Amino acid sequence: MNELQDLYQELILDHNRSPRNCRRIENADGEANGYNPLCGDRVTVYVTIDNDIVSDVAFEGSGCAISTAAASLMTQSIKGKSIAEAEALFKNFRRLVMGEAVASDNGPALGKLEALGGVRRFPARVKCATLVWHTLKAALDRQSQMVTTE
Amino acid sequence: MKTSTAHAAVAKGSTKSGPVFDVQQVRGEFPILGRTVNGKPLVYLDNAATSQKPQCVIDTIRDYYEQSNANIHRGVHTLSVQATQAYEQARAKVQRFINASRPEEIIFVRSATEAINLVAQAYGRSTLTDGDEIVICTMEHHSNIVPWQLLCEQTGARLRVAPINDAGELLFEQYEHLLNPRTKIVAMTYISNALGTINPVREITEAAHRHGAVVLIDGAQAAPHLPIDVQAIGCDFFALTGHKMFGPVGIGALFGKHELLDAMPPYQGGGEMILSVTFEKTTYNAVPHKFEAGTPNIAGAIGLGAAVDYLQRIGIDTVGAYESELLKYATAALQAIPQVRLIGTAKHKAAVLSFLVGDIHPHDVGTILDAEGIAVRTGHHCAQPVMERFGLSATVRASLALYNTTEDIDALTAGIHKALEVFGQ
Repeated sequence: MNELQDLYQELILDHNRSPRNCRRIENADGEANGYNPLCGDRVTVYVTIDNDIVSDVAFEGSGCAISTAAASLMTQSIKGKSIAEAEALFKNFRRLVMGEAVASDNGPALGKLEALGGVRRFPARVKCATLVWHTLKAALDRQSQMVTTE
Repeated sequence: MKTSTAHAAVAKGSTKSGPVFDVQQVRGEFPILGRTVNGKPLVYLDNAATSQKPQCVIDTIRDYYEQSNANIHRGVHTLSVQATQAYEQARAKVQRFINASRPEEIIFVRSATEAINLVAQAYGRSTLTDGDEIVICTMEHHSNIVPWQLLCEQTGARLRVAPINDAGELLFEQYEHLLNPRTKIVAMTYISNALGTINPVREITEAAHRHGAVVLIDGAQAAPHLPIDVQAIGCDFFALTGHKMFGPVGIGALFGKHELLDAMPPYQGGGEMILSVTFEKTTYNAVPHKFEAGTPNIAGAIGLGAAVDYLQRIGIDTVGAYESELLKYATAALQAIPQVRLIGTAKHKAAVLSFLVGDIHPHDVGTILDAEGIAVRTGHHCAQPVMERFGLSATVRASLALYNTTEDIDALTAGIHKALEVFGQ
């Protein structure tokens, strides 16, 4: 039950209930769709880029509590960051949820994203947490094709 | 407790028609049911995905490898003769299990999926032409959709879909309206894996035959729950899979009427399926061997035979009666939780409960149940069109088998309450 409480901690439940930046951005600079064919979860990520800085980021989609909270927390954590910083954050985040050591000295701090660390004990749910980040990367790369977890 | 009467009736395990059914004795025959998951006794409610295996099936497979492993239908040595006998006996067991008229009408395949693909490619591709029609229904598993879509691409045929109502039942009149002289194949599930609905397969077949179409019944979900009689149904093809009926994975069977199988071209080429091969001309073997190219899954077939023996020893009617009482108990227990919404409420239903818990995503419910040792399926159940019909992307699915008990259902409802508590609903 402790692992379960760690997974569904209050911050996650809060972001699931009231996801931040859950909206469409008209005329976004980058937009990508993510799809998890195993569960049917879908997410769309929109980014606005000003001089290499992510000045706005938002998402739309339907998914489980983990994927919704991951999307909400992702938008909060990369808004105002450079594209390179966002990508470095993704690398660290992936290490966190895969249960690998996070490079704390040279990488950006995960901050609130640490709340998703409980996912590492639930291998079947790791993709729920990472789908939105893969989709973000495609949006940043201005790719238009569908991203899937498979 | 509101459902205490049902509880008593099921717990005793006695049924109106069959012999006394002792569920605890049955449970003792399935070694895996003795293990724990996440520190809790395993509550296995994912039987529509795959069933667990009784000791007799496990022993049969082990004995085959320890005592008579050899290739079949070739070689004069003792092991080969014994392996061939056991393999062909398994074919006869499956034949009797579904009441086919002769063993040659049973083709061993990898899965129900392969059985359907075999019919689509060997029968469909040589028979259908541009403008012909194939009829399925909304609640099909992807395995009874995609092989027909492939066939449509190859032949120019058109796939037509009979709709269902809000309870998840086939709209029979609308199905009949789809039938016409261009209808060449009707392919329908016996039991919906996502909803549990039992289709009126006999009536479906009769209607299709009036229009000259051949009928394939996808019996993957039916075999572990219902007595199957392909002659009474009247269908031309019937697909089943071993692993959902307490047999091993990687083995299934296709029933086909002899005259149809005989006229069909082979599905795959290779050894076993030939009579003679020269570079100029190859003569094919007779059915069923014509459709069993290569060394088959011998151990799997023999294991499936053992599973058939097991089911017949208990009595499929007894199983059906027990599961039907358990389904009533489970339905009442889930309906007693106000936040639970059942999806699939057909009048004729097998022991499958698809549901939603408040607005908690099914994957979150599944993770919380797993922490309690309860295995359920969450997601679209490889039946996305039926999910779409109900405006959903996923459900939680508890699917029951003969070894499940009212205690398993009580554990499920307790787990659902835990999920509601975690999510503050």
